[in-house]
Amino acid sequence: MIEVQKLEKRYGDYIAVSDVTFSAAQGEIVGFLGPNGAGKTTTIRMLATYLPPTAGSARIAGFDIQRQADEVRRHIGYLPENPPLYPEMTVTEYLHFIGRIKGLPKRSLTASVSDVIERCFLGDVRNKLCAHLSRGYRQRVGLAQAIIHDPKVIILDEPTSGLDPKQIVEIRQLIKTLGQGHTVLLSTHILPEVMMVCNKVVIVNQGRVVLEKQLAEIGAAATLEQLFMQCVSEDAQGSGSKEAA
Amino acid sequence: MKGAVPVFRREVLSFFVSPVGYFLITGFALLCGYFFFNMLQMYNMFLQRFSGMPYPGMELPNLNQWVVESFYHTLLVILVFLIPMLTMRSFAEEKRRGTFELLATSPLSIFEIVLGKFLAVAFVLFLMMLLGAMFPLLLVAFGKPGPELFPVLSGFLGLYLCALGFAAVGLALSAFTENQIVAGVSSLVVLLLLYVAHSPAESVGGAVAEVMNYISPARQAGDLFRGIISTSTLIYFVSLITVGLFVALRALEAHRWR
Repeated sequence: MIEVQKLEKRYGDYIAVSDVTFSAAQGEIVGFLGPNGAGKTTTIRMLATYLPPTAGSARIAGFDIQRQADEVRRHIGYLPENPPLYPEMTVTEYLHFIGRIKGLPKRSLTASVSDVIERCFLGDVRNKLCAHLSRGYRQRVGLAQAIIHDPKVIILDEPTSGLDPKQIVEIRQLIKTLGQGHTVLLSTHILPEVMMVCNKVVIVNQGRVVLEKQLAEIGAAATLEQLFMQCVSEDAQGSGSKEAA
Repeated sequence: MKGAVPVFRREVLSFFVSPVGYFLITGFALLCGYFFFNMLQMYNMFLQRFSGMPYPGMELPNLNQWVVESFYHTLLVILVFLIPMLTMRSFAEEKRRGTFELLATSPLSIFEIVLGKFLAVAFVLFLMMLLGAMFPLLLVAFGKPGPELFPVLSGFLGLYLCALGFAAVGLALSAFTENQIVAGVSSLVVLLLLYVAHSPAESVGGAVAEVMNYISPARQAGDLFRGIISTSTLIYFVSLITVGLFVALRALEAHRWR
C-alpha cells in the first residue's frame, strides 16, 4: 500500500530528509517514530502530496506521489499536525464540506457524516462551532475529516498530542479499528503508543530510516525503548539537532 | 469544475456568519448613501441657481452626468479601498490556519479552489454593487424627470466588472503570502496605482500614453458609466480578471510544489 524509495527533501543546502525507505502492506498500522526534528512531518507532507520530494519516489495505493498526485489524493486521508479546521463552521457543516470536496456522492453524504460522527465520538459537539472545541475534540474532528471517505491509506501526524489520558485511549482504540480495513501511517514520539497500536515500527533519525521492523520480531530481547535510544544515539553526535519543518 | 461548488458555498457561508461581512456591507452602504445625498444636493443647488439666471443658449444640467455618473465614479474609488479588505483573507488566512494543506491534499484541483473563491467574492460583490446601484435606481423610479435608464444599467455593469477585476487582483496578491496585512496593503497599492495609471498620460504622450489610458479602470468603466458599451472595454475587464486569476493559480501551484 505504501512503498517509499530513497525519498529526499532539501531546502537549499539544508537536508531535511535524506534517505527514507520503507514499506507498509495493506491492513498494517505503521508507527513512524523519531525524535523531534528528525524529518517525520516533512516525510509525511511529501507522502500526502503537499511537498514535492527533491529525489526518490513513493507509491501510495499503487500510484506515484508525483506523477499521479491526483489519484493519490483520492486514496489518502490525511491529518496534519494541527487539525485543519474552519473556526466559523459547526462540526456537521465542516464534515459535510469535507465530504463534498472529497467527492462523496450527495445521497450518501449525510449517512457518511453521521457515521463518522459516531465513530469519532463527536455526537455531543456536532452542532458546536469548531472555534469553541477543546484540543481533544479538534483532534477528533481532524481524524473524522481524514477517514470520512473511507480511504485506503490513512496518514496521521501526531494524532494524540495534547489529549488527556481518556481521549488518548479512545483515539488509540479508534486507530486500532481503522487498521482492519486500511493502512495507517502513524507518526508519533510516544513509544508505548506504538507498542499498543502498531504492527510495525519505522524509526527515523536525522532524515534517515534507521530501523524498520515488525513489532512481533522485536520481542522480549530488547524493549522498544532500548532500541529507540540505540538508533537515535548512534549518529546523534553528527550535526546536532536541527528543526525540520 | 464541480469541485468549485463546495468551495464557493463554504466561502459564502463564512462571509455571512462572520461579523466582518456585515461590517463591510454596512460601511459600504453608509458611504453610498452619504455620497449620493451629497451629489443630489449639489445638483439641486446648481439647478436652483441656474433657474434664477439662465444664460441664453446654455443647456440644462444633465441629471445622468451630474449625479449618476459622478456617483459611480465615487463608488469606484471606494472599491479601491474596499476590495483589498474583502480579498486579503482569502488565501493568506487559509495558509496561516493550515487549511490550505487540507485543500491542497484533497482531490480538488487548484483551479477549482481559485474558481470557487473568486465566484464567492463575485457573489458578495454583486449584492454590494446592487446595494450601491439602488440609489440611482431610486432616482429613475421617483425622479420627475428621472435620469435615463440605460446609462444607469450600463454603469452598474461597469462598476461590477471593475469590482470583479479588482477582486481578481486582490486574490492573486493574497495567494503569495500567509500574512493578511501584507496581502491587503499590496492589493491596495496595486489597485491605487492601477486606478491612477492614466494620470501621467498627457505629459508622457505617444504610444505609452495610449497604453496608460487603456489600462486605467476608471477610463474603461467611465465609458460604461456614460452608457457607451464597446468590445474593447469588455475585453479589458475580461483580461484583467483572467490575468489576476491566472497569477493566483500559479502562485498557489508553486506553493503546493515547493
